[in-house]
Order: sequence, then structure tokens, then C-alpha cells
Amino acid sequence: MAYIKIPTPLRQYTGNQAEVAIRGATVDEALRDLVARYPALAPHLYEGDDLRSFVNIFLGDEDIRFLQDLATPLSEDARLRIIPAIAGGMSF
Amino acid sequence: MVVIPERIDPASVVLSHDEIRRYSRHLILPEVGVEGQKRLKAASVLLIGTGGLGSPLALYLAAAGVGRIGLVDYDVVDESNLQRQVIHGTRDVGRSKLDSAAETIADLNPFVAIDRYNVPLSSANALDILSGYDVIVDGTDNFPTRYLVNDACVLLGKPNVYGSVFRFEGQVSVFYAREGPCYRCLFPAPPPPGLVPSCADGGVLGVLPGTIGTLQATEAIKLITGIGQPLIGRLLLYDALEMSFETIKLRKNPACPICGLNPTVTELIDYEAFCGVPAHDRSTFSSEGAPVRAITVDEVKARLDAGDNLLILDVREPQEWAISAIPGTLRIPKGEVLARLDELPTDHDIVVHCRTGIRSADVIRVLQERGYTRLYNMAGGINAWARRIDPTLPVY
Repeated sequence: MAYIKIPTPLRQYTGNQAEVAIRGATVDEALRDLVARYPALAPHLYEGDDLRSFVNIFLGDEDIRFLQDLATPLSEDARLRIIPAIAGGMSF
Repeated sequence: MVVIPERIDPASVVLSHDEIRRYSRHLILPEVGVEGQKRLKAASVLLIGTGGLGSPLALYLAAAGVGRIGLVDYDVVDESNLQRQVIHGTRDVGRSKLDSAAETIADLNPFVAIDRYNVPLSSANALDILSGYDVIVDGTDNFPTRYLVNDACVLLGKPNVYGSVFRFEGQVSVFYAREGPCYRCLFPAPPPPGLVPSCADGGVLGVLPGTIGTLQATEAIKLITGIGQPLIGRLLLYDALEMSFETIKLRKNPACPICGLNPTVTELIDYEAFCGVPAHDRSTFSSEGAPVRAITVDEVKARLDAGDNLLILDVREPQEWAISAIPGTLRIPKGEVLARLDELPTDHDIVVHCRTGIRSADVIRVLQERGYTRLYNMAGGINAWARRIDPTLPVY
């Protein structure tokens, strides 16, 4: 099982879990497994069939875009994380 | 090694005996020493925002002896700021944040010159304001201003010491396009407004911006004195609940629209239109589609008193119901409304309310798409109810 760390703004869609175990041989498979387990996450990560442009996925400390992107292979104990865009504040 | 400002000659700066006494714990650090302290005195830092992040930033940068500090804020101190904005005090409630912060800084370190900009930062004034400073520190709370600060820094060739907070989580980096990636290399475009956490998901542990703001101050001082490894090309992720600090690698994106090989953004743009949200509460920008029908708290009270069988739907979160609530309401958090449509009749007037009226308007738009027509947004939310109808309830 690989693990993906869910940032605070998205935890409301994973039953408040900060880290989720997911299956997949590649980043793509693992992310699709994630949204299959938590369908409410899907619109936050995907636009149609494509990952949204502002969604940043890191494997360890590396941006997958600088690895093999969604085709990046995952080891059994891979640690993925989603980096959220956060602006701060609650002015409005 | 990155040293800013590049052209400072410490030999031209003099420290008085008073300053030498004040800064002695810096001066005896070999990494800082007299030369580093003179660099701090010669340096200028612009703080955008004097709120949660700006408070510790201003305090520590002033205490450290940064020669000139610019403050940008147009807001006044509110009681709800004091939980984290430690540069302001109870006696400052209602005062301009700039005046309050400047007074605290002047007391902390009279050797610091303070510039005040009592305006919202905008595309019209950002280049003028930022150009007069060596280091820019982003302590804002919204996406339009973050993109504005980033782009202005890239265009001016300035380092942007970035920090942001959300609930228990924070991020810090130094975006300096001359040496590494910028904010847009990581986030080329903002999340669409509907996917930005609303105030329902907001809230922040008061000490969190203290942690992140002091990390930003550390980075600013490192840039000015040229010591250590700045967070250029790295993003620090802090999680207060796990008490973890992790850094991930950021790279310059060759396709970055502003600092890449073929930039398409060559001047400041309309950042509210770009992000689809207003930058501040005095903005005239409207992001919303169709306006929703509103009802005042007085009208709601009058209809209830007349025996009208109104359904009042409270779409706040459970922790908010514990603060204040109107008796007899149907309570369904915003995120659960669609899953509980069977509890909402279509043949009945429904008044929807939240804290101030933003979330309830969102819920009404979603319900209208599902065929509901008899919906009213309670203007001003439960805070308006507490102010006008039931003063036994607190305003939060």
C-alpha cells in the first residue's frame, strides 16, 4: 500500500483522515484509487478526466512533474502528498 | 549565497553606542557580527499585512534592527484579531492597524524608521510601493493579493518571503525569481472560487501565524545578512497537530507565465478577475453569479411572530451551533445539504442562514439548481440576528 497525505482543506472529504492508504503501481492509478474510495474528493482533484492544473502532487520531496508525472511508478511504501494552495485568513 | 541588498556597503553605516548595547547578542554571534548588524540597519523590508503573520514579523524584524520597515494595511483592529495579532492590544480595538503597529514598533525599537501605507495593495500602486524596499514579505490572507505580490516581485526582481496559514497548517518559502522558482511556478493558476475553502472551513490556531511569521522573519534576516541557506527552491510545510516540519523541492518552471522562458504576463493584471474572488472586504469586485433573494432578520422575526410556518435552515458547522443558534431551526452543515435534500420541502418557504450570509447564499444557488424556488437568504446571518433580534446571543 502506498500512502497519500491529505492537506487540511481536503480532509473534510476523507472523513477527516490526514493520511490514506491507496493502491496503485503508478501515481495515476493511486490517485484514481483515492477518488474511488472518496468520491467527494474527485471534483477537487480532477476536471473531467484530467488532474486540475493547480493540484500539486509530490512523491517524497519531489514534484511528480519532474519525475515521470502521472506515470511515475510507486513502491510499496511510497509516500505521496497533495500540496494545497492556501491563502490564509477568513475575512469574508 | 544570496545577500540582499546587494549594493550595501556596511562600511558606510555607523552603529551608535546605544545601538551596540541594544544589539550586543547579535554582535557577538560570529555569523552576524558588526557587519551583519550594519546590513540590517541599511536594509528595508516591506510587510504586506499587519495581521496574524505581520504581527510577529513586524515585532521581530524591528527588534532585530532592520533600518526601515514599510507596513501596508488599511484595516482597523477588531476584537477577533487579538487571538493571534499580537502587535495590537485590547486598547487598540477600533484603531487603524497601521497606527497601532507603528506605535508598538516605536516603543520596541526607536531606531527603526516606519513607512505607513494605509491602502489596499493593488495593481495600480504595487510597483510604486514595492520598488522602495530590498525584501518583500507576503503576510496577506487572499489569493488575488498573493498573485499580485508575486508578480510585482518578479517584475521588480525582489525576493518575496512567503508564508500562509490554514487551521493548523502552514507553508513558508522564499520566492526569488532571479535565483529560483516563483509562486506561479508552483501554482500557475488559483483554485476556482468554488474550491477555495470557505469561512466554514476557516479558523486558525492563534499561535500558528506566530510560528509561520517568525519563520518568515528568520528568512528575511538571513537574506539581508547573507547567512545560512535561504528557503529558495524549497517549500517548508508545517503541521502543528503532528508537530512536523517537512521541506519539499520546488523548481523553476520553464513554462511559468511570469518567470519562465517565454513570459506571457509582462505587467500587473486584474488579480480579482484572475482569481474570481475579491481581494479585500472593501472591494467592489463581485464574483457571484445570480444574486439570491434576501430577507432581513426583522422580516424573519415578524413572520415568525405572525405565526408563519417558516422553515429556517442553519447551514453552519456543529462547532458554530455551540456558539449561537436560533431555537427550532433545521441544522444541516453546508457540505451535507445535497445528501439530505429529503429533509427540505420544495413547497415551503425556507430561510437559509449561516454566520454572515456568504455560505447560505452558496447553498441557495445550489438548491436553485435542484429546482427549489422558495428560498430566502437571511441577510447578515446569525450575527445580524444576535445584533438586532436576540442580544443574548454572542456575535462571533
